[in-house]
Amino acid sequence: MKYLSNTVSLEIFPEHCIGCGSCVEVCPHGVFAIENKKAVILDKDRCMECGACVGNCAFGALTVNKGVGCAAAVINSIISGGEPSCDCSGENKTGNCC
Amino acid sequence: MADLKFIKMNIEKNRPAWVTGTITTEIGAIYSVSPDLTRVDYWEHLKCRISAFRNNYIVNPGLYAVGVPDKNSDVLVSANYKLSFDAFRKALKGLNVWILVLDTKGINVWCAAGKGTFGTDELVRIISVTRLDRVVDHRRIIVPQLGAPGISAHKTTKATGFKVCYGPVRAEDIGAYIAAGYQATRDMRTVKFPLVDRLILTPMEINPAMKKYYPWYALIILTIFGLQPGGILFMDAISAGLPFLLLGLISVIAGALVTPVLLPFIPFRSFAVKGWITGILAVFLSTTYISMLGHLSKVLLIAAYLFFPLASSYIALQFTGASTFTGMSGVKKELKIGIPLYISGVAVSLILLLIYKLGEWRVL
Repeated sequence: MKYLSNTVSLEIFPEHCIGCGSCVEVCPHGVFAIENKKAVILDKDRCMECGACVGNCAFGALTVNKGVGCAAAVINSIISGGEPSCDCSGENKTGNCC
Repeated sequence: MADLKFIKMNIEKNRPAWVTGTITTEIGAIYSVSPDLTRVDYWEHLKCRISAFRNNYIVNPGLYAVGVPDKNSDVLVSANYKLSFDAFRKALKGLNVWILVLDTKGINVWCAAGKGTFGTDELVRIISVTRLDRVVDHRRIIVPQLGAPGISAHKTTKATGFKVCYGPVRAEDIGAYIAAGYQATRDMRTVKFPLVDRLILTPMEINPAMKKYYPWYALIILTIFGLQPGGILFMDAISAGLPFLLLGLISVIAGALVTPVLLPFIPFRSFAVKGWITGILAVFLSTTYISMLGHLSKVLLIAAYLFFPLASSYIALQFTGASTFTGMSGVKKELKIGIPLYISGVAVSLILLLIYKLGEWRVL
């Protein structure tokens, strides 16, 4: 299953990539592959912007607008004016978590 | 195992049933947990799936043992959400390993990783407080792959000396992953979203919709339909409002159960559109086959076709939170188009109800 096309904020900077393969390892949707010792994006529409690849790339070769793909979280952020948050976290968790 | 002595623990009171004993190590006794789940565990899992009980279902963070691990045994990392922890220990049957439980405030690995509670800082902290470097001789920890959004492997290694190996997505593959020399196949690294996973998540969609929205909806509907020039008439409210109360239930089922279950088979990628399609079909089938709904006046029928598919669409959109493949940019895009449509749909539906009421009162 894929979500909306052409909305994903993931970007790759091949000049910083050393082909370590961390992104291939951590991506839960098989977005990346290593070709000619560089990471390439196989299918951007499969990316869910979880940020695992960016956080585990020691060379800054990736960026993504990391966040939760959760309507309740985005609606909360519209109402509260803050970052999208689904109230799952920690001390002030109030509702049901995803 | 040579320098570790297994001690059966019977004296301690109030310890959970799943703690079967302790293992003595250089840094002291460590709880040993059973890989077998009991009826109590399964009953709690059920409660977790259908209610807010999940919010209190936690394991104390720290180090645990499964089987009889020694200084060379693998260290696997988990969250302190008991449902995740139980799935994990069950999958570890037959293995001798350590489990390092992070304090994620009772949230599962993936959600907690997204939040950062299953994160580098917490992992570094727990490695330090459990004195893991003295429990094991090697410097390798296996973190669930779905923890990767919160964990930075290279930063963890820099701070602790422990190398982070990302394990498979599913706990049941952990044995095969270790046996293969810490290698996961592409299949083990990919998140899927099969029917059973989608179905298991629907109670948590139906519950809030019924608790949060439906009572207010019912109150408004009964008030509108009961409203007569002489005041609010209870009998009128029930008899005239019943079809709309029923359609309200049908749109919750369409959005919170049918759409998630049939997700891959409903056309279009947008959850809002999928929910709307299910809603339109649900209203069509209901007004065709439920005799009570077949007698709605034209104005009410138009209002029903306008409002209920939109309600189903909105509820289906909430399932993005449970799904495993939706991203924030896409959800924002859906809401940007959806919210004005939902608001205008509700407004026009209310106007249609008003027109119906004025006709009923012979004003129009």
